[in-house]
This record gives sequence, structure tokens and C-alpha cells, in this order.
Amino acid sequence: MAHSGINLIFEGQNLPRLLGGLWITIRVALIAIIAGGVLGIFLGVLRTFKNRLLRFILRLYLEFFRIVPTVVLLFLFYYILPKSMNLNLPAAEVATLVFTLWMAAEASDIVRGALISVPQHQVDSGLAIGLNRSQLYYYVLIPQSLKLMLPAMMNLISRIIKTTSLLLLISVLDVINVGQQIIEANQKQYPQGAFWVYGVIFVLYFLICYPFSLLAKKLQKD
Amino acid sequence: MTELLRVEHLNKAYGEVPVLQDISFTVNTGEVQVVLGPSGSGKSTLIRCLNGLEPYQSGTIYFQGQKIDPTPKNWQLLRQKIGMVFQSYDLFPNLNIMDNITLGPIKVQKQSKATAQKEALRLLDTVGLADYTAKFPRELSGGQKQRIAIVRALALHPDFMLFDEVTASLDPEMVRGVLEIMANLAKQKMTMIVVTHEMNFAQQIADNVLFLDDGHILESTPGKDFFTNPQTDRAKEFLQSMDF
Repeated sequence: MAHSGINLIFEGQNLPRLLGGLWITIRVALIAIIAGGVLGIFLGVLRTFKNRLLRFILRLYLEFFRIVPTVVLLFLFYYILPKSMNLNLPAAEVATLVFTLWMAAEASDIVRGALISVPQHQVDSGLAIGLNRSQLYYYVLIPQSLKLMLPAMMNLISRIIKTTSLLLLISVLDVINVGQQIIEANQKQYPQGAFWVYGVIFVLYFLICYPFSLLAKKLQKD
Repeated sequence: MTELLRVEHLNKAYGEVPVLQDISFTVNTGEVQVVLGPSGSGKSTLIRCLNGLEPYQSGTIYFQGQKIDPTPKNWQLLRQKIGMVFQSYDLFPNLNIMDNITLGPIKVQKQSKATAQKEALRLLDTVGLADYTAKFPRELSGGQKQRIAIVRALALHPDFMLFDEVTASLDPEMVRGVLEIMANLAKQKMTMIVVTHEMNFAQQIADNVLFLDDGHILESTPGKDFFTNPQTDRAKEFLQSMDF
């Protein structure tokens, strides 16, 4: 076992470095999911309003983030923001911004879908007791739609987490990037290193995403 | 008798199809107005117009002598004075019974939680459901849900109540309990506008009957006369078809 690639993981600072990279990944994903989720609920509510112009603009926003591949979005924001808007953000923050806007766009569609599938009767009976529009959404429609949006939302969250593996393309030192550095630096000594490093990364991603699908199952049963 | 509600020349259409045509009538305080008519005659649409859930194209509604300017904001303010109970109960499934009842009083009328809950308990007691405050709608039978829905509307202390076929989706044995509550309200001189297919009940509580057919009011007759001596042939046919 002296030459087994698994030793690579435990050699020197390799494991702490991988976990450090993982933390960057988690931080980008977590901020994007929370901020994007809140923004998404807000936009989703707006998209159920009757105002056509508003709906058209929000639709455009959604389609832009849905159609343009995430890689392209990352490059677009990473290279174009500094040039055309003189906004020099560190790579990790650009990534957080892109993922937040993406999360918000996709979440808004899920929220809208869930809101309009709450029966019209609930709207009527909420209005009948005198609720105004924001009270109707806050006390009646949003709570009832949360359950309906759960499966799609959990799916979106795991997609967001998994897609953070693209962060290395704009040189964020995420878990994948760190892993590649470790593999390359030790290629001579550990020719099989890639297998073990990616294996560990696989397990790490699994450990993050799996609880979400468990949570989704549990919440749906309740 | 003081006039509470007056409708003048109300017209409503869905697109090109007229649903209500030239509807005019008056409801006095403490009076029970029963709206009868065949399916599709516009009864439900009519009472949904009376609390602004349905927009209408022309005509005027006066409430306590004041002309209602039918903007969404005005209707929202007025609705706390107008109780409405629906055919399908429509309790909020995400709230327990107490919260269902007190949502309006607390959030719309800004009552304190204690006041609202005390009043909710008193009202629940009158319908025999005081032990159900912590339960959720899904744990209740249809009849119980409908009684809660009536309490939810009453908790706002409305000036009048609208009932839209409230027993139509109940099992027969559940119907009586709900009707008894409504009869009690009538006895307490609550002003009510009731759409129903329960003819015996209608005869028992109606001060006046509006008979609707095809979007028109064919007759407006005192309750004691309508069932024994309807004015129009259409109403006679209708009563016969209802086995009355």
C-alpha cells in the first residue's frame, strides 16, 4: 500500500486545502441559495400580478438566465463587468452574484407556478375577510404554496451546488480547483492521484447534496 | 326599516355573454333576502358582485346610503363589514381553527390577539365547536368546516352576511346543523342574502325572495307569498321542478 494513491489525500496540507476549497464552494452556494431564494420568492410573487410590462421584463430575466449556459454567464460577468462597468470584483464574489441571480430567476418560476396552483377559492375567501393583497400573499398564498414548490426547489438547490464545480473556470479556488492543483503537483509521485482526489470530491459533494434530498422527502411527508 | 343595501341597474357580462342584466333591489337592515333560481341564472355571480369579488360593467351599489366607488381599495375596506360564506368552505388549510377565525380580526381590524381569541371562543361555543381551536381544517368534517367558516365571517362583526349555496356540498345529515345556525342568525336579526337550493329552509327564513332567471330578476316577492303564490309562470315551474 506504500504507493497507493490514497496517501496523497493525507499528505502534507492536502486534506485541509481540499476542505478549504470546499468551504469556498459551500459559501458561494449557500449565499446564492439564500439570497437568490428570497429574491426569487419576491420576483415570483410579482410575476403573478396582472401588470403586463412587469411580467414581460421578469420573464425576459428568467429566460436569459435559463437559456445562457452558466459557464457563459460566469465569463460574461467575470470579464465584462470590470471592463464595461469598471466594477472589479474578486472572482468568488462574481461567482456568488451570478449564482444568486441564476437562483433567483429559476426560483421565481417555481414560486410563480406554485402560487397560481393554490385554488382560486383560497384567494376569494382571503379577500372576503378583508385581507389586502400583501396580507393575502403573506398569510394565505405563500404558506400554502411552499409545499407545492418544495420538490422543484430542492432539485434547483442541488443543481446550484453541483454547478459550483464550474467556479474553477474563473479561477476561484474552489474544491475542484484545489483538487486539480494537488493532482498536478504530485503527478510524478502519484500517477493515480486523480482517481483519489476526484473520489474524495465526489464524496464531499454527495455529503452536501444528499441531505437536501432527504430533507425534501421528509418535508413532503409532513 | 332602514335601508342597508341598494342595487341599481347592475349589469355584468363575461365578454359578450350577459350574466346579470338590469338587477335592482333593496335589502333592509335585519332582513333575510333569499335568492332563488335555476342553475346558471346568475345567483352566485350576483352575490359575489355584492362584496366586489366579481367586477360589474355598470350599475350602482349603495351601502348604508353611500354610493360604493368600486375600486379594489374601497372593496377591500368594505369587505370587513360584509361576511361571506362559500359553498366549498375554503378555510385556510395552513392555519388552525383559531387562526383561521382570528386572522381577519387581528390583521384587518387590528384587534388585540386576546380580544379576538375571546370572541372567537364565544362564537365557536355558539356553534358547538369550542373544543376545536387547535385542530386543522383537514381534521374536520364538511359540516364542521362550514360552521367554522360561518364563525370566521361573523368574527369580523359584519353588517350583513352573504351565503353562497353553503349547504350544497354537504352530506345530508350535515345540512341541518348549518341551516340551524343560519336560522338562529336570522332570528337575531342579522341581515342576510342567501343563495340556496334548500326550499323548505328558504321558505322558513325568507323575508323576501328574489327569483332570478337567465340574469334577470323575474320577481321580487315577500317570502310568505312566493312559495304559495308565485307571480310568474317561470317561478311556478321552478318550484314544481324543485318538488316543492
